[in-house]
Amino acid sequence: MEQKTPLYDVHVSCGGKIVPFAGYLLPVQYQTGVIKEHNTVRTGCGMFDVSHMGEITCIGPDALNNLNHILTNDFSEMYDGQARYSPMCYENGGVVDDLIVYKVRDDHYFIVVNASNKDKDFAWMKQHEDGQAVFTDISETVGQIALQGPKADEILAKLAKPEDFPVKYYSANFHAEAAGIPCVISKTGYTGEDGYELYMAADQAPAMWAALMEAGAEYGLIPCGLGARDTLRLEAAMPLYGHEMDEHITPLETGLKFAVKLKKAEFIGKEALEAEVPGRKRIGLKVTGRGIIREHEDLYLGDRVIGMTTSGTHAPYLGYPIAMALVEADAVQLGDRVEADVRGRRVEAEVVALPFYKKEDIK
Amino acid sequence: MNFPKELKYSKSHEWVKEEADGTALIGLTDYAQNELGDLVFVNLPQEGDSLAAGEAFADVESVKAVSDVFSPVSGVVAEVNEELADAPELMNKDPYGAWLIRAGEITGTEELLDAEAYEAFAKEQE
Repeated sequence: MEQKTPLYDVHVSCGGKIVPFAGYLLPVQYQTGVIKEHNTVRTGCGMFDVSHMGEITCIGPDALNNLNHILTNDFSEMYDGQARYSPMCYENGGVVDDLIVYKVRDDHYFIVVNASNKDKDFAWMKQHEDGQAVFTDISETVGQIALQGPKADEILAKLAKPEDFPVKYYSANFHAEAAGIPCVISKTGYTGEDGYELYMAADQAPAMWAALMEAGAEYGLIPCGLGARDTLRLEAAMPLYGHEMDEHITPLETGLKFAVKLKKAEFIGKEALEAEVPGRKRIGLKVTGRGIIREHEDLYLGDRVIGMTTSGTHAPYLGYPIAMALVEADAVQLGDRVEADVRGRRVEAEVVALPFYKKEDIK
Repeated sequence: MNFPKELKYSKSHEWVKEEADGTALIGLTDYAQNELGDLVFVNLPQEGDSLAAGEAFADVESVKAVSDVFSPVSGVVAEVNEELADAPELMNKDPYGAWLIRAGEITGTEELLDAEAYEAFAKEQE
């Protein structure tokens, strides 16, 4: 049985088309449709219920050591409130999940993981928990709302004081308040736009949602579903677990070298990743033929299969279809023409640089 | 949701408009376009291709997924609505104006529903 997020009733009442996703009932879109929702985030502001995401705390004097052992990134020398992205790997270099770690203070970290991997992640963390630190799954108690787009700042400024805002991109204020509701305001997101992710007590999520909708009305704020969340992250070429990485794809193949700190003394997966000469790499494709390339389609260079697509869709803001693929490391260069086998029909695409879409001035 | 009385409907959510010359226009119903969401691509057959009742003759793609379109009739593709290739969103905006193909040489049809029966059927699906 799928669970409901604290905002389920709100989605139903405002016309959300509900689908099961990662164990939750969530809106894939509202009546406006994916394209409008997507483009509103690029040009105005959209709001997403992301309460399905998992939240895990790591608390105790040895919290930092635990994170540096279990995760591939390095969490030393972070300031309070800072956020850092990291893969979490198996010994063989395959990926358990990718996640974001916030430092709340020296002995307290807040970790956000993919909903579909939450139980697996938590079990893996508990299995490797060591010394004076405890991982706790607090997902059930936390609601999360993402406010994304160039107008997000102005909308949130109507509900929160200047001192409640986090200072920099990829940081959070853990002692903030918005609309009178205690919350975490984080300057992060999964859309390629400026914006915020707000964490609050689950039972406060409907009140926060309503306050944001009201504050955002004059800016054209609309609710957005999972469909737009996926097309937005894909246009911004953000990898998604289960697509661009999984237990059989290493973070080096996905192109996440920046988050794999081989200079650390040790971490789970280090030996495998240190020895690895990545056999595959992630590339971007712009469809030049007729059709839409989706995930899990064979990619051909001439008659030879060089890899497989991992995600693909019509990119609403760019206005043409795009895809990401995992291919043999030396097979293609930018500008090369390849073909995907789309249900028995070859569709041509050009190898292009990632990301497909980049906002000019993310601060 | 709109269910024009003059059309016939298949249970796979296509509409059929029988024309005086014996041909028939085929398109996607309002219910279908609403379920599929924003349509961004259509792969249409060619003139002269044969049609078999109940079998796929085209596919349409929304942002999220691809779906087959099934032929409610057996016959031959007499005409293709080329306008949809550049403007697939017409199937969302005007589902009963945006026909996909004109079928000719019709030799048989699937069991088709009238507007009232189809409306009841569509509501059951929700």
